[in-house]
Amino acid sequence: MAKFGRKNKGGTPAISTASLPDIVFMLLFFFMVSTTMREVELKIRVHTPEATEIKKLEKKSLISYIYIGQPTKSYIGKYGTEPRIQLNDVIATDLEEIGQYITSEREKMDEADVPLMMTSLKIDDKTKMGIVVDVKQQLRKSQALKINYSTRKKLVK
Amino acid sequence: MAKRATQEVNAGSMADIAFLLLIFYLVTTTMDSDFGITRKLPPIQEEEEEKEVDINERNIFIVLINRNNQLAVEGELFDINELKEATKEFIVNPLNNPNLSDRKEVEIPFFGVVEISKGVVSLQNDRSTEYGKYIEVQNELVAAYNELRNELSIKQFGLPYDDLDTDRQKAIKTYYPLTISEAEPRNIGGK
Repeated sequence: MAKFGRKNKGGTPAISTASLPDIVFMLLFFFMVSTTMREVELKIRVHTPEATEIKKLEKKSLISYIYIGQPTKSYIGKYGTEPRIQLNDVIATDLEEIGQYITSEREKMDEADVPLMMTSLKIDDKTKMGIVVDVKQQLRKSQALKINYSTRKKLVK
Repeated sequence: MAKRATQEVNAGSMADIAFLLLIFYLVTTTMDSDFGITRKLPPIQEEEEEKEVDINERNIFIVLINRNNQLAVEGELFDINELKEATKEFIVNPLNNPNLSDRKEVEIPFFGVVEISKGVVSLQNDRSTEYGKYIEVQNELVAAYNELRNELSIKQFGLPYDDLDTDRQKAIKTYYPLTISEAEPRNIGGK
């Protein structure tokens, strides 16, 4: 009797969790390497268009971002429904602010990097061209001529 | 006197700590890397507002998007799926069509003296054109140039354009310069 009892008591042995930390660390390192820090909180909706002829942007430090789109639901009360321009964390109220923004971004950079500076335009695909053209005009005025229309990768048909 | 062996540190909570870190990273970071169409804006001209460059009528390929997001090429309604081929034909002009772009002789390293196109693509849009449509057209135009460059590269060097070294890429860029000119937008057809 006792003999049998002891045998049954074992049941299924517990799975060793000793390697669990290793597995989780592996996942952790994967995410640390493959992701980037979220830089700004978007107050507007930016759904960039799709394109095929695209280049990957290297060197994030050389890029300044300009976002254009409709304010998101929680900000409609504050900013209305018309497309607005966001520079870093603030919504621009005036087009002139773009020039100041570019100048301040330029000052943050190394002198050697200034000619390589690029402006990435993240623009919602429903935006009208009018505001985009105004922004481009401001960029030309502040001599920030290298631009990049941010798009998502389109799968080849 | 035997020293008591140092107790092993309990590693049971290691997994919890790692999970905590993992979740922190999942929440604060994003995966998206930046892709986009890179373009260069023309420098602003202060004095001479309208500098009319004497470009022959046949050398301009007018692409127009109106406020209803309709595409017109050389004054006629056009389907976007045909835009790439039409642009390529305009630049290369294989049949020497007098309505398509003219050529000029230029000396390019690796190629010698060759005839290259004088064609300029002029992209015009309305202030109420949708940005998505604009990028779609812009993309087709760039695609036309990229395809031409790639074809030439394979013909001349036997390699795709992206795999060439900088000097050869430069030569091909001179052969097919990316000449997309953007006119200031206007309110076509009123507001």
